[in-house]
Amino acid sequence: MVVFFVVIPLLAAFLIPLVSKMREGSARVLAVLSGSLLLLLSIAGIFMIKNGSIVYSLGGWRPPFGICMVLDGLSVLFLLVINLIGFIALLYSWDYIKRYSSQGLYYTLFCLMLAGLNGVAVSGDLFNLYVFLEITSIASYALVAFGTQAEELEAAFKYMVLGSVASAFILLAIGILFGSVSTLNMADIARSLAGSESRKLILFCLGLFTMGFSLKAGLVPFHTWLPDAHPAAPAPVSAMLSGVVIKVIGIYALIRLVFNIFIFTPAISQIFIWMGIISMSVGVLLAIGQWDFKRLLAYHSISQIGYVIFGIGLGTPLGIIGGLFHLFNHSVFKSLLFLNAGSLEYATGTRKLQEINGSGRAMPFTSVSSLVASLSIAGVPPLCGFWSKLIIIIAAFQAGNIIGGITCILVGMVTLASFLKVQKYAFSKQAGDIVSKIKEVPLTMAAAMSVLALFCVLIGLFFVPFLDQLIRPATNVLLEGANYVNLILGG
Amino acid sequence: MSLYILCFILFLLGFYCLLVKQNLIKKIIGFGIMEYAINLFFILLGYRWEGEAPILDKHQVIVNFVDPLPQAMILTSIVIGLGVTALMVAIVIRIYEKHKSFDINEIRKLRG
Repeated sequence: MVVFFVVIPLLAAFLIPLVSKMREGSARVLAVLSGSLLLLLSIAGIFMIKNGSIVYSLGGWRPPFGICMVLDGLSVLFLLVINLIGFIALLYSWDYIKRYSSQGLYYTLFCLMLAGLNGVAVSGDLFNLYVFLEITSIASYALVAFGTQAEELEAAFKYMVLGSVASAFILLAIGILFGSVSTLNMADIARSLAGSESRKLILFCLGLFTMGFSLKAGLVPFHTWLPDAHPAAPAPVSAMLSGVVIKVIGIYALIRLVFNIFIFTPAISQIFIWMGIISMSVGVLLAIGQWDFKRLLAYHSISQIGYVIFGIGLGTPLGIIGGLFHLFNHSVFKSLLFLNAGSLEYATGTRKLQEINGSGRAMPFTSVSSLVASLSIAGVPPLCGFWSKLIIIIAAFQAGNIIGGITCILVGMVTLASFLKVQKYAFSKQAGDIVSKIKEVPLTMAAAMSVLALFCVLIGLFFVPFLDQLIRPATNVLLEGANYVNLILGG
Repeated sequence: MSLYILCFILFLLGFYCLLVKQNLIKKIIGFGIMEYAINLFFILLGYRWEGEAPILDKHQVIVNFVDPLPQAMILTSIVIGLGVTALMVAIVIRIYEKHKSFDINEIRKLRG
């Protein structure tokens, strides 16, 4: 059952190049089909783990000898994020990607990326996690370069070099860890480390892991590739990169390792908190001056990821709930904003805010959904972004972290100012010359944006049941780190 | 121990080359050196002095085996490295077609 999360997209990625040779249009049908299957499967996953987490041993080899896949609260949350945004992005690609040649290759790479992301989320084996991480990374490097214009190639090369450095550090850390405990199963490593003495080696590993995964997540000292790579990709891919990829191969892998394998010490908590605060402030300050819509959004991603890692770094139950909730919300509204930017580019042919000039009348779906998303990211009350930011701020003050709490509030205000600028220039200003010629985007693109906007509102209104159903099980996995060993190795 | 340190120095050499060199091709070579240093490190982890090949036979007395697991992992890692290198070279060729240069100073447009 769990293995289908990886098998379905891999099978689709294999079949798409074959069938698209015969009929060009069949590629997208197959891709959307596999995307919807995955979405259904991950919704089913929420109910399957009600009676306890599921461990699947590949080939029947019991852990710790074989590779196992684990479906617990945290995995289910991330699977839902991946497959929800993945499905929406595939739906949006239906018409959007017609502008590029070789659609078959695009969908193949997209499905490979989905397979890698799902694999990272369910893997219970450290080397297996690395392999899936590399599948995701290679597919996303190629997708960033998909337009093959000078800028896109340069961004992709930059992304590739830094991404490969991160992968190399992660692999080195896995090697050192393997050398000291002689096992690769994550639960078994946790059990061995609990009784071991070589603290210095573990700290060195932890440093390498933190650096590698922060580079993948785009946290501030390692963020320079992100504002180039995310805008360069086609819009649905930007939505995936900003909404899902940096979270799964950065944040998810990091917190899974730190909470379930190593022990969450005050030192690590301080590192996370300060990385969070610095990312928040630097990201938003760099975002203010941007006039390229997608580039502005990419800088805001850095800032919002700062909130997530800050909340989780607090280490209190409320902080982790806030961090994970904000992670989910951010993936919804940031993907939506990137899709809006893609629609504007589709209709007007430019991403410069000054040139778009008041297209609100001509594009009702785009303007309304982008208004919802902008208010969400800025944290205006009934919408989803408000609640998660509020929880993080309350958690910060509760934990006695005054500097962090105040930074959260200030960054929220600057974010609001920055998005008011976007709304004013892109939608509500007096109509410019371009506007008379533009039309609303095709139906599938409008539908994809509307669904995400609906999610923003619904999660905001019904955030209590949402927290109970999804976020609390995930938080429990992190808080009761030692249970992970018992779950997989059986007491 | 000195072998591990030499291996780490090789890794740092590759890292230095990747970060400092201005030529895109040299950057790729630096990445290759880094990759190989890690592969070497894994193989060293599994190596036993005067160990035997890890093949289980009926009449064999098991005394000193080489650990086969790192070797299996390194096969995977080499394939991944091949994929990344191929993609890097492909992108660099396209960059060269656009700019007619491998020098990073002549290419740089984006500022992160």
